[in-house]
Amino acid sequence: MGRLFAIEIIYRGIYQKTLARNISRAIVLAAHKEGKPGISFGRYGDSPERNGIPAKSFAIVASDNVTLEEGMAKYEPKEVDITISVDDTLCKGVESWAWYGLQPVNKLLKPGGTLIVTSRENAEALIAMSHAKTDPYQLAIIKGTPSFSGLWVYKDDHTDVRILGAIAKVLPDLFSLKSVQAAIMDEWKDSLKSTSAARAYERTTSITVKPGQGNPEVPYKFDFPKWHEMGEGIAIPSITHGKPMEDPTTHVQGGYKPDRNPTFKKYTTRTMRPVVNFDTCIKCTLCWLQCPDSCFDVTPEGLYDANMQACCGCGVCEAVCPVEKCVTMLNETEFKDNASQWEAWRKDKEGYKTWLELKIKSPAPRSHGFRYLGQYEEQVPEMLEIAKEG
Amino acid sequence: MAPVATAPVEEQRKIEETALITGSEAIAVACKLADVDVITAYPIRPYDTVMQYICKLVANGEMDCEYIVAEGEHSQFEIVKHASACGARVFCGSSGVGWMYAMEALTVTPALRIPMIAMVGNRALDDPGAFGVEHNDALTVRDLGWQLVWVDSAQEALDTALIAYRVAEDRRIFLPCALSCDGAFLTHSQSLVNIPSQEKVNQFLPRYNRADLLLHPDNPITVAPQGNEDWVMEIRRQNYAAMERTYGVIKEAYADFERIFGRSYGNPFFEEYMTEDADIVLMGMGTLSTPVKVAIRKMRAEGKKVGFVRLRWFRPFAAEDLAKCLGRFSAVGVIDRDYSFGSPYLGGVLAGEVRNALYPSPGKKPPVLDFIAGLGGREVTVPDVEKITASVYQAAAGKPQPLTQWIGLRE
Repeated sequence: MGRLFAIEIIYRGIYQKTLARNISRAIVLAAHKEGKPGISFGRYGDSPERNGIPAKSFAIVASDNVTLEEGMAKYEPKEVDITISVDDTLCKGVESWAWYGLQPVNKLLKPGGTLIVTSRENAEALIAMSHAKTDPYQLAIIKGTPSFSGLWVYKDDHTDVRILGAIAKVLPDLFSLKSVQAAIMDEWKDSLKSTSAARAYERTTSITVKPGQGNPEVPYKFDFPKWHEMGEGIAIPSITHGKPMEDPTTHVQGGYKPDRNPTFKKYTTRTMRPVVNFDTCIKCTLCWLQCPDSCFDVTPEGLYDANMQACCGCGVCEAVCPVEKCVTMLNETEFKDNASQWEAWRKDKEGYKTWLELKIKSPAPRSHGFRYLGQYEEQVPEMLEIAKEG
Repeated sequence: MAPVATAPVEEQRKIEETALITGSEAIAVACKLADVDVITAYPIRPYDTVMQYICKLVANGEMDCEYIVAEGEHSQFEIVKHASACGARVFCGSSGVGWMYAMEALTVTPALRIPMIAMVGNRALDDPGAFGVEHNDALTVRDLGWQLVWVDSAQEALDTALIAYRVAEDRRIFLPCALSCDGAFLTHSQSLVNIPSQEKVNQFLPRYNRADLLLHPDNPITVAPQGNEDWVMEIRRQNYAAMERTYGVIKEAYADFERIFGRSYGNPFFEEYMTEDADIVLMGMGTLSTPVKVAIRKMRAEGKKVGFVRLRWFRPFAAEDLAKCLGRFSAVGVIDRDYSFGSPYLGGVLAGEVRNALYPSPGKKPPVLDFIAGLGGREVTVPDVEKITASVYQAAAGKPQPLTQWIGLRE
């Protein structure tokens, strides 16, 4: 048997659907320049037509057709040479529609394989977000704001070709930079894109992530019941009723915390999260009323605490809040846990205020899909500058 | 108006009577006796005869139910599906392309384990627009988890409707059942039917208990969520198990029916007529049994030992029993009041199923000839049956015969 190469691209539904497809296709086309056959596909069970839902694309390349068929016999590769995470918040884990439970971003990486992440964070921050593995792997960062587009519009900020250049560097057996550039010229006929790939090739370095390094948490797992253990009639128990909340300092009970889906937590569907200034909240109820995921818990004193188990990070609360900077959406990379903000505020109001002001003052940049006309004209030059500077 | 003297309720419940009614009307009476809660209707011939009669029963104050005329068959079947999920005993039905228009609702009904009872007034599918009987309409749901039963008399229609409720609503089953009645021959001809007493029906048919699957605020469940490849096989396997169990539960129900009402149908799954000493047998479903039986009596007088097997339950299909039965004869002639264009040997649906049942049988496997007849309501005549029998005798004698023949065709 010849050599088989498997590469996965983990991306965000809608925002990065075209980006992931472009990368996956170009990998196969570049390898084809060297006579290697390959296939490119999106995981069918995913739901890439949902905002921000983690999803996967795969490129399988082989030295010959028989070996390729060995790779194609498994619908989803069980191990990959390279994992590309086109959004750094996915380093916290991947909870797709296609499976149940949380998968570490690096789960499928072979020992010594490379995780390529587009991010403005440093390696230390990304390693801390990613789950620890028992085998060493490499981490390579493509510097830049994760590229988010809309469903019908593609933001051509060269993220696609920069990743291709990086692949040629970290896995030269797959294809050379020359083949990447030839494929780029065939596919896009854009010499500037070809140059961006070359720059990424030159600048890409990787560091070794040691066994045990990273987030030590055991990811949430889900066991499938056997057919005779399942309820009949495609009926499942509803989410049960909620309970009052308890104040961590006074132990006063009140308000309402709805129970939530015990098997689908939304931690990884989120790229941003709201932070709430409880001191300025006027209890107008709008965030609680408008949240499409009923993510706000009502506290005993009638404030609204965004529950991170239910929040998708859509930003509706920020948009409807009538008080300036009472609800602010911040980059998910800024947070290390999913703890209650209200509890932190109740325990230490001054400390919370300082923390909040610091967070809002210098927010980590994040682009959130297509929001307004002229947005890409503003964002693309900045990204191209980064592509040039590295 | 002078007050009408009526017997006390306890006495009324004991009344058993004979009425001159059609097969459709017999099913309507069964609905009344079963005290069905929710009925939906949308007119299409020949099914509409049942909705008209139920209407009359409600208007006369003889029956109390929610009677909803939907804006089309799709809604008609969706409404009762939801009502059944909420614990209501339901009834509806349709014919021909009306049944096809409801197809999406028909597919989800067994998947959600809804014990809906529906009458299919068998009608040719369009085009051409035709009222007459063909079995293709009801047969479209044969792979989906619907129980399918064909009856050949108004009495059998009434009795089978009660049995269908009993089986479908059994917690071990919870699958829908379609009562197939040949358009015109059964739906539009009146015969004398024994209407059992309410007391006996109550004894036979327990109340519908949706149990753990009841959609109610006190039993909060979500029905029919999205589930992809990690769930679908297990869900299908559950319905496979439920359909597997119908075989035993149907037998139980017929045994109880006989005990309570004193009327026996023998083997629930198929009726055998003059088969004890038969050389060859004919097979079919529904009302073509009448000309076939008459022809058999005529041929027997001429010394031809012909028998008839009338299949009642098409789903579940009693394959082992049938293979054992057919193994006794030297050839079988299946009369299909349906078609399956391009199917194996270009035959009809029933013939294909019969050959399928015979293939793994350890016993004798007689040759099976198929005869497409009576399409679109065309009469199957006694001479037609004689013609069919002649060909089956040839096959029994080892003389090659076409596997599929069209009978009663202008050619």
